[in-house]
This record gives sequence, structure tokens and C-alpha cells, in this order.
Amino acid sequence: MERSFALVALFAALIAVLGLVPSFMLITGVPISAQSLGVMLAGCVLGAKRGALAVLLFLLLVALGLPLLAGGRGGLGVFVGPTAGFLAGFPVAAFVTGWITERWRGVDLMLVAGLAALVGGVLVLYAFGVAGMMLAAGLSPVQALTALAAFVPGDIIKAAIAGVLTRAIWQARPEAVLSRSR
Amino acid sequence: MLALTLEARTWAHRLPAGLKLALVALVVVLALPVTDPRLVAGLVVAVAGLYASLGRQAMRMGLRLLRPLAVVLAIIMIWHLVLHEARLGLLICLRILALVGLANLVTITTRLDDLMAVVEWLLAPLSRLGLPTSRVALAVALVIRQIPALATRAEALRAAWRARATRRPGRELALPLVLSALDDAEQVADALRARGGLAPPAPPDEERT
Repeated sequence: MERSFALVALFAALIAVLGLVPSFMLITGVPISAQSLGVMLAGCVLGAKRGALAVLLFLLLVALGLPLLAGGRGGLGVFVGPTAGFLAGFPVAAFVTGWITERWRGVDLMLVAGLAALVGGVLVLYAFGVAGMMLAAGLSPVQALTALAAFVPGDIIKAAIAGVLTRAIWQARPEAVLSRSR
Repeated sequence: MLALTLEARTWAHRLPAGLKLALVALVVVLALPVTDPRLVAGLVVAVAGLYASLGRQAMRMGLRLLRPLAVVLAIIMIWHLVLHEARLGLLICLRILALVGLANLVTITTRLDDLMAVVEWLLAPLSRLGLPTSRVALAVALVIRQIPALATRAEALRAAWRARATRRPGRELALPLVLSALDDAEQVADALRARGGLAPPAPPDEERT
């Protein structure tokens, strides 16, 4: 019990630190942060329930006023802004990613985790993000998607990286991969 | 670590955190159905006035927190201009400015401990349902403690990379960073067990340091 508690807390910290990492640019010139990679990894490694808990803990710290979102954003304002949909989607994304990783056995973990991250961390997350932009910014679904399209390639790459990392973590610290070890 | 709270003490610091949060929630609910841009513009002016009453440092901090919004607001405005819906675009941008500005006002005038007390109060009904909510405070303290440690580790990894490679560091550093976080978690778990573990009753206060 202490181990899963500590793993949840450390993953919340990891999501924050990945948001602090200077963002790298894609060929498209769109800045990409590693924060959503942290959300995907939380699901892949910790599984559905604990992955979502780690993300909720991270969001609680953001709401408490720590500048932990990518770009040094934080505080209560981000939860009523136009990108709040993504924040609401973060825990669900981690949950779906973890749910798929937990249940889909018998295939190479890199493939499972990568596809789980693609479904949870990209499809589900963007569904929430688009819904949020529709509500807060009055855009239609197509308009919101067009505005966000530049970020999609980077997030697909991140899902692939999450797959590679999850298998590497499984090989190096199998006991820490709660989505598989029980 | 840099927090988003204002150092100077102002009248807004003295209001109870729960009251401030409730007021913001009330304004958000009341402002959403308003469709007249002039009323929402009035709200923006009122929020700006609140910042002004807190002094120059608060105004500077408020603007700094709003800066990442500028691009998003520009995109929203351009969209609505293209659609010949300038009035709607203006309404939406003003509404976002007012509500985000107001919510940030709570953040910069409320100490972390006071917000945490509100969180614990809100969670109290859940603990009666048997959920281990007493661990939330411990988890928050733990994460706040671990973020600088992990950030320092990330910086050390980057420095080591730069000393050996001409290429910029990238995703190669993610694995060592994640593994070091996992190893930290093992140590934290050992430390928690050594102090009696997480088993109910709630962990004693000395674990929060």
C-alpha cells in the first residue's frame, strides 16, 4: 500500500517536472511540452485507477496555485479558461490508457502501451479538449479541431514514446509497473 | 519553488479562503448566461479594479498570469471575425478575461495552507464514506517536496548530456528521469513503512514534514 501511494505521488511530481522541461519544437514550429507524455505514462505504468489518481493529485496542486502546467501556468484561472477541457480530460485520459494497458495482455507491451496512450492520451484527451473549447470559446467542433490540429502530430509522437518508455521501464523495474505486476 | 502567491499582505489576504472560492464560483455561474458584451466588459473593469486596489505588484502578477491566454484569445477573436460574429467573439474573450482574472485573484491572495484547509473540508464527507482522504494532505506535501528534487535531477541529466554530446538533449533523458522517480518512490515507501505505514488510523502529523 505504501508503495502504490508513493508511486502515485512520484508520478504526480513527474508530470509536473515533465511540464517544466523546455518544450521542443516540431518541424511545424509548434512548441510541444512533455506534460501529456507524463499523463500517458501515468496510465501505462500505474494502471487505470492509480494513474488517474496521480493526475488528479497533480491537478490539485495546480489548483492550489503552483505554476506546474507547461509554460509555468497554474492557479484557479486555468480551470475556467478555454483550455480547461484538456485539464478535465487529463485524469480520464490516464484512466483509459491504464485500463487498456491492464486488460490487453499477450501482446508486446510497447505496442499495447503505445496504442493505449494513443486512444487515452490523444483520442479521449482531444475529445475533452475540443468539448472545452466549444463551451468556453463558442467554436464549432470542426473549428476547434482546426485550431488544435497543429498539436496532433506531436501528441501522436508522444504516444509512441510512451510505448517505448513503458517497455523499457518494464524491463528495468518490472515491480514498479503496477498495470502489469498484479 | 516559485509559487503564484503575492508576497505583500492585502485586504484580500484577510478574507477566508472558502468565502473567496465560493464568491468566484458564484460569479462564474452568474456570468455564463450573460449575453450582453457591455455587462461582461463591466465585469472585466470591476476585476481590474480589484487588482488595482491590491497595489502595483498584484497588477503586474495578474498580467503575467494572463499572458499565456493572449494567443488563445487572438485565435478565438480571429475565428469569429472570419465568421462575421465579432460581437460573439468579443463577448467570449471578455468573459474568459473576467473569469480567469477573477479566479487568479484568489490564487495570488490565498496561502497554500489555507486552500489546503478548504480542500480537506470539502473532502471531509468522503472520508465518512470510508475513503482515505487523510492521505491527501500527506500526498500534497510529498509531491511539493519531490518536484524540486526531481527537477534538479532532470537538470543534472541535461548537464551531463551537454557535456558529452553536441546534439541537444531530447527524449533520451526521459527514461533515466522516470527510473529515478520510481527509485525515489521505493525510498519514500520504505520511509513511510519505517514510520508505521499508511494503515488506518490516519498517519501522524510528524510525517508531513
